[in-house]
Amino acid sequence: MRGPFASLRRIWAVVLKEAVQMRRDRITFAMMFGIPVMQLILFGYAINLNPKHLPAALVVEEQTPIVRTLVSALKSSEYYDFVMQESDPRKSGDLLARGEVAFVVTIPSGFTRDLVRGDHPQILIEADASDPAAASGAVGNAQAILTYALRHDLKGPLASLADKGPPFDLVIHQMYNPEAKTSYNVVPGLLGVILTMTLVMITAMAMTRETEQGTLENLLAMPAKPAEVMLGKILPYVAVGAAETAVILITARLIFDVPFVGALWLLLLGVAIFVVANLALGFTFSTIARSQMQAMQLTFFFFLPSILLSGFMFPFRGMPEWAQTIGEMLPLTHFLRIVRGVMLKDTSFSQLQQPLLALCAFTGVVMVIALLRYRRTLD
Amino acid sequence: MDAGLAIDVHGLVKRFGSKTAVDGVDIQMPRGEVWGFLGPNGSGKTTTIRMICGLLRVTEGEGQCLGYDIQREAARIKSETGYMTQKFSFWSDMTIRENIEFVSRLYGLPHMRRTVDETLEKLGLAHRQHQLAGALSGGWKQRLALAAVTMHKPQLLLLDEPTAGVDPQARRDFWDEIHELSLTGMTVLVSTHYMDEAERCDRIVYLAHGHKIVEGTVPEVIEKSHLATFRGEGAGVRQLAHALKGQPGLDSVAYFGSALHVSGRDAARIRSVLDQNSSGDVTWKEVRPSLEDAFISLMSEAGEDAREYT
Ligand SMILES: Nc1ncnc2c1ncn2[C@@H]1O[C@H](COP(=O)(O)OP(=O)(O)OP(=O)(O)O)[C@@H](O)[C@H]1O
Ligand SMILES: [Mg+2]
Repeated sequence: MRGPFASLRRIWAVVLKEAVQMRRDRITFAMMFGIPVMQLILFGYAINLNPKHLPAALVVEEQTPIVRTLVSALKSSEYYDFVMQESDPRKSGDLLARGEVAFVVTIPSGFTRDLVRGDHPQILIEADASDPAAASGAVGNAQAILTYALRHDLKGPLASLADKGPPFDLVIHQMYNPEAKTSYNVVPGLLGVILTMTLVMITAMAMTRETEQGTLENLLAMPAKPAEVMLGKILPYVAVGAAETAVILITARLIFDVPFVGALWLLLLGVAIFVVANLALGFTFSTIARSQMQAMQLTFFFFLPSILLSGFMFPFRGMPEWAQTIGEMLPLTHFLRIVRGVMLKDTSFSQLQQPLLALCAFTGVVMVIALLRYRRTLD
Repeated sequence: MDAGLAIDVHGLVKRFGSKTAVDGVDIQMPRGEVWGFLGPNGSGKTTTIRMICGLLRVTEGEGQCLGYDIQREAARIKSETGYMTQKFSFWSDMTIRENIEFVSRLYGLPHMRRTVDETLEKLGLAHRQHQLAGALSGGWKQRLALAAVTMHKPQLLLLDEPTAGVDPQARRDFWDEIHELSLTGMTVLVSTHYMDEAERCDRIVYLAHGHKIVEGTVPEVIEKSHLATFRGEGAGVRQLAHALKGQPGLDSVAYFGSALHVSGRDAARIRSVLDQNSSGDVTWKEVRPSLEDAFISLMSEAGEDAREYT
């Protein structure tokens, strides 16, 4: 057979063959639909570039109508969700360091008196600027929100105050990253992202490679227990993770000039647990996937929410509740709290207990799944 | 159970979904012997071997291998068995030496360096030890695999078509090695499609469609096939094959070099068929059936009739 018709027939033959093979490969098929749907949902709903409803702490030392007006204006702006009232400024600072609140708004005692006298009293907003994107909306609009709110109260005898511009002084402390450099936030985060991508992918190949090359039968015929194989396949990559960490930290310092204010040992502890968590996850993928291609797809399937929902790209607290719930299950989310906390905020070990424990729990669960999924026979 | 048996399994059944790959196989194999495992493609040889060494779960049946239960004590069986897979399954992207080292570490062999050196020396690959295993020819791959699975001095050796695709000289060397290992007390079960290899075994187990059809020494198997074989020679004998095939009373018609072998159960019936289809130059002579005659006839029968002969 010659000519364009024969060529079309051969193309058609290949089309049919590919369609048949595509249908057989269920995981690939599911991914082809799963990934776009996931992207759509995540980008469409979960991600918020002008995050509102960020948790904030309120420190008010007096209750007057004017103070109440100011607080309710901040609330109704939707930027600030006052999740707690604090009277002790030390405690509120701690909340900020742990990342439980993004802002602390302080209105000192005597504020109303000074305002009425025209003494321009201060309102203090301390913002966690380690993620400048999260803070920018709330901080940038605060002045306007507060000034506008007071318009209604400054009537009658106080009307003259309103004419001379804002009758108070808004003081904003950009904590941890005063110049609001995004690289301060992004570069430590990249450490987590790069470790996730490379380590999960490498170990996801671990068992599928043996299956594909036909060496699994040999491995299973020899006296090696599942846990031994798992640890044997994970451990070499701990060294890879360590090397990657060193390169990224040095680059962060030399090129991006990212500060490092916390304890190195604490960061390394976090990195170590995080590396093992990712390797264990990759190994688990490799016990699920039936080919290296599927292993790659599973990696990608995991990587996407890790990047989008962990707080790496977009402010974590700005996401809807359900997205935060998913985010809490990802190791990267907890690692970001550790790495940003240690590098930018000098967060202490006790303040980081929760994310460290979360990483340990994740690792444990994933390893148990891997051992349950591990094929002891060729069935 | 008999302690003198290396393999002692009863009624092994293996189903893959709705397909029954092995259907009620019994094997009682004494220690120290060399047995051949034969049967057409897909008859269940590999599947049976995998069940014996704990690589596949059995669907039904039970048994022991080296005195260990094949379902519950697979780990112990693995450490005392050497299993050479049908397809080369060592690591192609590691060198010959690295493969040998890996195996010796996994089995925790003492004096690793020396053991590895000796193994490579004996294998005759010492000068190529740093080449990738994937670069070896078929014959060398098989020898490497045999060396690797015997390093830990297993009591039982399971070899799945170890000489497929290997040249005759290498096959002969390979079998010399098998017999040497057997002299050290190792029990060896070898699956093969080659008749000459079957004849080197103490006993033969023949499988078809997952059933054990026959078992015994070579003369016993020939005897049990209850076969009469006629050998026809002369010009034009090849043209006769067509006419003879499918005639009632003839189980098989097969070329043997320039001659034709015709086999069946009933010598008298074969004679009459041959007489009816005679042609001038061809002379027929009753001969002792060879193992191959027995197998060809077993194979052609197994299709419709899988009854046990033993
Ligand atoms: N993992 C499996 N899943 C499904 N079917 C299988 C599996 N392994 C083997 N089979 C089927 O079981 C039957 C027996 O296969 P087996 O490999 O044991 O035959 P064999 O005697 O070793 O053949 P050969 O001489 O070609 O090596 C075959 O029909 C095969 O297709
Ligand atoms: Mg086979």
